[in-house]
Amino acid sequence: MPQLPTKDATKGLTLAEPEVVEMDTDALIVGGGMAATGAAVEAVRWADKFGVNLLLVDKAAVERSGAVAPGLSAINTYLGMKQGENVPDDYVRMIRNDLMGIVREDLIFDVGRHVDNSVHLFEEWGLPVWVKKEGKNLDGAKAKSEGYKVREGAQVVRSGRWQCMINGESYKVIVAEAAKNALGEERYLERVFVVKLLMDANEPNRVSGAVGFSTRENKVYIFRANCMLVACGGAVNVYRPRATGEGMGRAWYPVWNAGSTYAMCAQVGAEMTMMENRFVPIRFKDGYGPVGAWFLLFKSQAVNSKGEDYVKNNEAMLKPYQDRGYATGSVVPACLRNHLAMREMREGRGPLFMDTVTALQNTFKELNKQEQKHLESEAWEDFLDMCPSQANLWAAMDIKPEEHVSELMPTEPYLLGSHSGCCGIWVSGPDEDWVPDDYKVKADNGKVYNRMTTVNGLFTAADGVGASGHKFSSGSHAEGRIVGKQLVRWCVDHKDFKPQLKISSEEAKNMVYQPWYTWHEAKEESTDPTVNPYCITPKNFMDRLVKHTDEYGGGCSTMYMTSEAMLSQGFKLLDMLEEDAKKLVARDLHELMRAWEQYHRLWTVRLHMQHIEFRKESRYPGFYYRTDYMGIDDSTWLCFVNSQYDPEKNQVTLFKRPYIKIVPDPYAP
Amino acid sequence: MPSYVNPEKCDGCKGGERTACMYVCPNDLMILDEKEMKAYNQEPDQCWECYSCIKICPQGAMTIRPYADFAPMGGTSIPLRSAEDIMWTVQFRSGEVKRFKFPIRTTAEGSIDPYTGYGQGEPEDLESPNFFNETEVVTPQGAIAQKYDIKDADVTQTWKNPD
Repeated sequence: MPQLPTKDATKGLTLAEPEVVEMDTDALIVGGGMAATGAAVEAVRWADKFGVNLLLVDKAAVERSGAVAPGLSAINTYLGMKQGENVPDDYVRMIRNDLMGIVREDLIFDVGRHVDNSVHLFEEWGLPVWVKKEGKNLDGAKAKSEGYKVREGAQVVRSGRWQCMINGESYKVIVAEAAKNALGEERYLERVFVVKLLMDANEPNRVSGAVGFSTRENKVYIFRANCMLVACGGAVNVYRPRATGEGMGRAWYPVWNAGSTYAMCAQVGAEMTMMENRFVPIRFKDGYGPVGAWFLLFKSQAVNSKGEDYVKNNEAMLKPYQDRGYATGSVVPACLRNHLAMREMREGRGPLFMDTVTALQNTFKELNKQEQKHLESEAWEDFLDMCPSQANLWAAMDIKPEEHVSELMPTEPYLLGSHSGCCGIWVSGPDEDWVPDDYKVKADNGKVYNRMTTVNGLFTAADGVGASGHKFSSGSHAEGRIVGKQLVRWCVDHKDFKPQLKISSEEAKNMVYQPWYTWHEAKEESTDPTVNPYCITPKNFMDRLVKHTDEYGGGCSTMYMTSEAMLSQGFKLLDMLEEDAKKLVARDLHELMRAWEQYHRLWTVRLHMQHIEFRKESRYPGFYYRTDYMGIDDSTWLCFVNSQYDPEKNQVTLFKRPYIKIVPDPYAP
Repeated sequence: MPSYVNPEKCDGCKGGERTACMYVCPNDLMILDEKEMKAYNQEPDQCWECYSCIKICPQGAMTIRPYADFAPMGGTSIPLRSAEDIMWTVQFRSGEVKRFKFPIRTTAEGSIDPYTGYGQGEPEDLESPNFFNETEVVTPQGAIAQKYDIKDADVTQTWKNPD
């Protein structure tokens, strides 16, 4: 029998007037991914000595939260300092080259000098890391059983200069277990989504709390803390994805990363940096499977529809950049590789393919049957460990990589700071002589706290830290550890601080549950809850957001092109969307989570577009183009673009900050 | 392909306080119909296919049906995860089946003690940049501080947000 849609039961857990739970701690860790678990492991070691309390709060379950949830088939940052393979100085040079010259070399160096230590711990905790034995590869389990230890100098199996192979299905499970065992059950809370940071009532520019809610029961949590780490990943589904039906979830980066890190920190006045940067990976089409191992380990080529290497075909397009000193290293920056690929697509030489056939057949010639089977297995493991969707798509399309090539496609834009992108928050570098003063943030007591934002007591890491990409999983963990120690140091230095929140508990609760209250006011106005002129569902809100950004902010539909006029039109629409955000509704707990995520997405992507508007050049051709300023203009723009939101005036101001080179040339390795 | 639940196999994790899939899903998608004692994916178009629910389900009741908006029907990959290994069965649209087995961890589940074998991290070390298990401070070779001067260094722009 037909029934009114308003009579349909909601699918998620039922909303009701929430209970308010107030919790006090010294150092609050918001997030549960690689950075947050790294922070926990390091912080506990120091906190227990100084009597500092800790609490980690995760939107999901730490065991499988964050970008590493499915696992990974490689660790992308391992320097191999013990083995004499790399030094952090060259790690800085590699990233400077890939990110077109404007990076925080202090922060990158700092990750580089610590990252191997985290990888060594992972192996000791039980992560199988491949090693080389007499020129042959041993998988991680065999390596362990034969007594190999990378900490003691065993050679990892390199796929590229910085990458090493692992059997990483349980990577996050292992790293999470270490963090949870360090914390003990009393010091972490799962399924609580922190949605807003809270300022102190007495001290200016001082964060002293956060508010969130349980996605399992009707409880609003108010946390009071001396300091906090906010590390909740990057931003996904802020641009219209190429798959807009069921496949909208098959984002390249984790679909649950809603820009919360950027939005929450920006809203309390943290200075942002390089928010114009984005990442547009070229990946296996639709499944978004990784290409790294195919290029680096299996020596495969990306080709156009005629089978030609499109990077070679279009090499002349690199010249204007090389003439200015860019793209001079052994690896062409990711954005410029896209730049060449997109020409092939625009001029009709697509589809683009990964030539897996030639690569595997060439290697097969040198191998016996058993070794061939092993190589085939490695190729599948690359997907099954970190992107099973791509394995599914191959199975669904009857693709065998040794027999059929696979299509490649540039994805929708992603905002992140730990992969090959560098948007994020401006933070302090280490308090050491070689770090320029311009890169140090002085705290209220005159001291410098590594990775503190410009807001006193507020720290970030991994995707949160701007102008310092290529941390990946291991570097994110190491950066989290840097912060973990600083949190304890902050609490020791501020032991007399008593947090007092600017906002009352009642106000905080009402703010968090507003989408549910709005639903009650609007629900009688229509027989269909999704079609109601008095409110907007999170789903409709996201559809509208990604349509605007795609069309005006340089998304796929314009081949990543935008301009001042296009952006100006986009801002008008985003302003109206912000006004309509007051009408966001939630009909169950799951939808309340989505409502807040969409709001975070809007804030994040609007900042991204404002930064693109401010920087009058095309610094990252292939990631986005300012059609009104197609070139790179070092005379005016070899600098950071930063921004700061003023909560009192409700306005964002953009400005420049000087770039300072720390690691001397050669520019690139 | 989003995850889905086989109603014949799912028992709603009736022995436990919560279902395993609901506990683990990073995107809060899995939910239990307590009357039927069966779980379901409440938002298939937000599923990342991370397979966390499928790997953890004690009944083997969950699998993936590839995304309907781009994948031809009939292919899928099904994992069987044990304490040390994971076995994948990849079934092609053609009906062909391939199996792959990979190690996943080399220590017993739950056994990790992050601090065994390392120094304490002494209180006086709180000001040093070293982690609890590091002793040497590495600094850049021949560090410089070359500041790049640019034109219009003081230019700013302000955007007022809607009130």
